[in-house]
Amino acid sequence: MSNPTGAAGGRVFAHHFDSADHEFDTSKFGMWLFLVTEVMLFGGLFVAYIIFRNLYPEMYRECHHHLNKVMGATNTLVLIFSSWTMARAVGMAQRNERKKSLQLMAVTLVCAAIFLVIKYFEYRHKFEEGLLPGIHFDPSLNGITHPKADLFFSLYFMMTGLHGIHVLIGMSLIGWIMVRTSKNQFSDKYYTPVEMVGLYWHLVDLIWIYLFPLLYLIA
Amino acid sequence: MASITVPHGHTEHKDYIHEADGIWSWLTTLDHKRIGLMYMVTTMIFFAAGGFFALALRLEHWTPTQTIMTAGTYNKYFTLHGAIMVFLFIIPSIPAALGNFMLPLMIGAKDVAFPRLNLASYYIFLAGAGLALYAIVFGEGVDTGWTFYTPYSIKTGSSVVLVVSGVFLAGFSSIFTGLNFIATIHKLRAPGMTFHRMPLFVWATYATSILQVMATPVIGITMVLLAMERFLHIGIFDAKLGGDPVLFQHFFWFYSHPAVYIMILPGMGIISELIPVFARKPIFGYRAIAYSSLAIAAISFLVWGHHMFVSGQSDFANIVFSLLTVLVAVPTAIKIFNWTATLYKGNIKLDTPMLYALGFIFLFSIGGLTGLFLAALSVDVHLTETYFVVAHFHYVMMGGTVMAMLGGFHYWWPKIFGKMYPEMISRVGWFFVFMGFNTIFLPQFWMGAHGMPRRYYNYPPQFQLAHQISTVGSWIILIGFLIHTFALLWSLKYGAKAPNNPWGGKTLEWTVESPPTMHNFHEQPVVTAFPYEYKSERV
Amino acid sequence: MLKRLGILGVLNVLGANAYASMINLPQASEMAARVDSLYDFLFWLSVVALTGTTIALLLFVKKYHRSQKGRETAYILGSHTLEITWTVIPLLIMLFVFAWGYKDYVFSRLDPPGAVEVNVVGRQWLWNFEYPNGRKTMNEFYLPKGKPVKLILTSEDVIHSFFLPNMRTKTDVVPGMYVYLAFTPTLVGDHPVYCSMYCGTGHSDMLATLHVLEPADYETWLQTGKAPGIVPAAFHGSEGDAKPLSQAEKGAAVAASKGCIACHTADGTKKIGPSWKGIYGTEEALEGGGKAKVDENYIRESIMTPTAKIVKGFPPSMPPFAGLLNDEEVNALIAYIKSLK
Ligand code: HEA
Ligand code: HEA
Ligand code: HEC
Ligand code: CUA
Ligand SMILES: [Cu+2]
Repeated sequence: MSNPTGAAGGRVFAHHFDSADHEFDTSKFGMWLFLVTEVMLFGGLFVAYIIFRNLYPEMYRECHHHLNKVMGATNTLVLIFSSWTMARAVGMAQRNERKKSLQLMAVTLVCAAIFLVIKYFEYRHKFEEGLLPGIHFDPSLNGITHPKADLFFSLYFMMTGLHGIHVLIGMSLIGWIMVRTSKNQFSDKYYTPVEMVGLYWHLVDLIWIYLFPLLYLIA
Repeated sequence: MASITVPHGHTEHKDYIHEADGIWSWLTTLDHKRIGLMYMVTTMIFFAAGGFFALALRLEHWTPTQTIMTAGTYNKYFTLHGAIMVFLFIIPSIPAALGNFMLPLMIGAKDVAFPRLNLASYYIFLAGAGLALYAIVFGEGVDTGWTFYTPYSIKTGSSVVLVVSGVFLAGFSSIFTGLNFIATIHKLRAPGMTFHRMPLFVWATYATSILQVMATPVIGITMVLLAMERFLHIGIFDAKLGGDPVLFQHFFWFYSHPAVYIMILPGMGIISELIPVFARKPIFGYRAIAYSSLAIAAISFLVWGHHMFVSGQSDFANIVFSLLTVLVAVPTAIKIFNWTATLYKGNIKLDTPMLYALGFIFLFSIGGLTGLFLAALSVDVHLTETYFVVAHFHYVMMGGTVMAMLGGFHYWWPKIFGKMYPEMISRVGWFFVFMGFNTIFLPQFWMGAHGMPRRYYNYPPQFQLAHQISTVGSWIILIGFLIHTFALLWSLKYGAKAPNNPWGGKTLEWTVESPPTMHNFHEQPVVTAFPYEYKSERV
Repeated sequence: MLKRLGILGVLNVLGANAYASMINLPQASEMAARVDSLYDFLFWLSVVALTGTTIALLLFVKKYHRSQKGRETAYILGSHTLEITWTVIPLLIMLFVFAWGYKDYVFSRLDPPGAVEVNVVGRQWLWNFEYPNGRKTMNEFYLPKGKPVKLILTSEDVIHSFFLPNMRTKTDVVPGMYVYLAFTPTLVGDHPVYCSMYCGTGHSDMLATLHVLEPADYETWLQTGKAPGIVPAAFHGSEGDAKPLSQAEKGAAVAASKGCIACHTADGTKKIGPSWKGIYGTEEALEGGGKAKVDENYIRESIMTPTAKIVKGFPPSMPPFAGLLNDEEVNALIAYIKSLK
């Protein structure tokens, strides 16, 4: 209603901007700020991780053997690949290659799904072995001896869980821009949402790239 | 500054209040002014709610043992008082209400960068507040203190999770507001509005927004972990499961110390507007004031441990935090001196906003200087967890931020509503607020220094007289607020019509109509000068 | 003229306030004097900084008020010299304050060898003390004058804080962690202890008393459990009251000093535990079925090993008092509970 759009040279933008480029720049700037807050959100968990790791290094070493490195590594590769497809999808959207853009996004979505499926099997395994957070931790099922081992799995589930939620959000966002792409709402003149979702997806990927070595590869 | 000419023959623009009618037009508005106004009304309601709990606390302390309520109720009341005042009143009040309204006007923009996000922030805030209210009305309330310290907050039976989720949502609302403002300031300034021509309120809001964006996510994740601790017993903060309860305090204060500057910086910004306008002189040391806001924001990330001098953290950490804390006081001192110097050889008018500005300097100085007592390690060991701390933070939050907010309300009232408030009545209101405030909190310094612990339901009888004085003060301040409320509401109906620029301000918001039209400016303003360009004049 | 009077008035208020604000508590340790001098320094520093600013404000307001006609306002944008001055001077002052606080803090954290060590355990809502020779007390403890002491503290449940205002010291008491508090008592007499970290319903009732004794008296107490000249706080009558206390009156005092009243009332209102009013002689329904008659033995058992029989509708949260109360005290308590009709 009160947000009429201006139109200059066929480009559409909100009334309080000078031009479509101006709007695009501003949105991108805002998105970067949002990514900063996301980093700070995970930052809290990373700090908790570092503190307990400094306190109980031997516990971390003992526990990380119970994480499945193969599955973790596969997931890392899957996500890196999906980041690449997403970047290409954004590029295609900018060049009016609607079909290719859609296909690449679909591949990204499939990768995300593969990631979650693998994660599901990892989680199921943890449940079976009693490798659970806090009071649910059951050493009799896994033979871990360190008395504080539950903390490792609290952190593991908090970090991967929060990340998993981000993957889900990312998937819905990708789905949303796929719908809009198929309705032909983007072009080289206006592709801001595609770009933003792309940035978001890279962040989700990036966080995993930190989580993987921190949790699975403790020397 | 730029002058605005209304083109001939242009049909009369309706102001933003009358632009569209009906409640729905408000609930779905994307206009920053309307959203600001909605925030203003909402946060004032929460202020009144917090004030109600405060009055009840004070009344309970009329006698050393039970006066009107049980210990359990008292504990819930001070928690709700603190949590409402902090999360639902003071953090959103100035930035989201006055900031939302004024920031785009002051930099010559038509709106904030992301109007939809702005409205979304408001609803997220309401949702957070709703959860907290639900916990109070239908749940069991919450009795942890506004600091939610573990492990007590894990063990207590009250509705901690609901309230904590409310805080989480309110936090995200605050993040989105800050993000919006940073983008607005970077991208939507009018032609000629360089950073060094921005009004100081904008600078202060900018520094605040940085804090909101960087620090608030940490309280978000902390609240999530606390909720998980209660649901799943993940043990991170629970000594029984190998975790560390003190870690919670680190997390909490990593946010909540920067948050105290989220509370004060916008207030300081308002003072920096009021002083030059009512002294009719350029602000003294514009850059010093602008940059000191950034300095405060930066250092404030490094001092959280001063809330934990006796928590069991290492002596070394204590020493470092104490050192950094005294450093953060320096940029604040700079501001105080610059404001005072601005008055020199000015042409001073003591209208209500200026009275609040002067009151602010006096009261905030007391609050800040007593902060120095707390920053000094050995003295803090004695004073921490006593009423001295309570008095300190009320002097900075109420004596500082709330005074500045009231000054800002009166200053911008004509712009926001197009009506002049009744000057004499408001001055009387100021007098009661000022006197009442000091009556409440001066005795609390004395009590704290003499060992009166905070959050005490029963207290040692030697403190009764001081508590009673304090309680009487809370009645005086209530009268002050009632006078203000009456005067401002009265003016909405009967007040004189406000001219566009009643105070002779030089910032852009005074170049548009009172109240402004929907799109703020009829033509793109072009800025050619410093915002406080008061030339020398004969009196 | 009026303004000048106003200024004088402000100064007067500040002066009066100055007098009242100095910490007027017994200085019962060496730290106390040190804290007080920094406190006083900060106090006067604040008075000077505040009056300075306030006088400048009021003076400017008066001199440059709109009513003062026939002058020219100045166009001043700032001054580098002034900015630097009022950055550097406060900075130096503040560093000085930091250094002073640091020095005294380090002093307070010294861990003197050969100190008298006492273990302190906080729990909702009482303090337990244990001496190296095995002597245990609750909510009151004894220390010798002039000897360094070291309290080693921990908590069984939530965070508490052990605050000795007369010694100007405190520390949070954290579950799962030992912290210490070192000081040298210098003043014979009774000193209050407050729990200053919010810990739930009974937070403000979580009080204790420190009796500082002459070293010889302390030795006597340590050996015999009785200190010459000191009646355990529980048995204090009202001031100047020569009449000996009745059994029930003693019991009421014990209930207050041993922290029972954090959970129990005498007037029928439920707190953490059931009220004692009228329970004597009734049948109490127990958790898990069954009943118990409230008589002397039941009360005694309820106090010493509360988990033996849990009253229906209450959590098993009462701490066991076995070893913490002597027979005399338990008898007094029983008499008191019986007296509550
Ligand atoms: C608006 C909010 C606000 C602000 C601005 C401040 C400002 C400051 N605060 Fe405060 N503080 C709180 C809100 C705030 N505080 C709250 C809410 C708590 C308690 C929370 C809780 O536990 O519930 C708290 C608690 C608190 C503590 C912990 C106390 C404890 O629990 O033991 C400490 C310790 O260092 C401290 C220090 C300071 C300092 C040094 C400043 C400085 O920034 C002040 C700087 C200002 C000045 C110094 C005065 C002006 C200067 C002059 C007049 C010039 C002359 C001065 C000199 C030459 C020295 N504060
Ligand atoms: C912004 C922050 C803020 C503000 C403004 C206040 C304001 C007041 N506070 Fe608050 N206080 C806190 C933040 C604040 N407080 C915090 C964070 C704590 C710590 C809590 C904890 O320990 O966990 C605390 C704790 C605290 C305590 C200590 C409790 C204890 O430790 O046991 C006390 C005791 O006196 C107190 C008193 C007061 C009083 C009398 C006021 C008065 O100034 C209030 C005056 C206001 C009114 C009387 C409202 C009147 C308003 C109207 C009439 C307007 C109505 C109009 C419309 C709706 C349009 N507060
Ligand atoms: C931490 C709280 C707490 C403290 C302190 C406490 N109690 Fe209790 N008390 C309880 C609770 C809870 C119950 C009920 C559950 C049970 O029977 O154990 C109880 C039960 C009792 C009963 C049985 C009451 C009945 O109705 O049958 C007696 C007697 C009693 N307490 C005496 C004392 C005395 C004497 C003291 C102090 C020396 C004391 N309590 C201190 C919590 C407390
Ligand atoms: Cu124990 Cu407060
Ligand atoms: Cu702080």
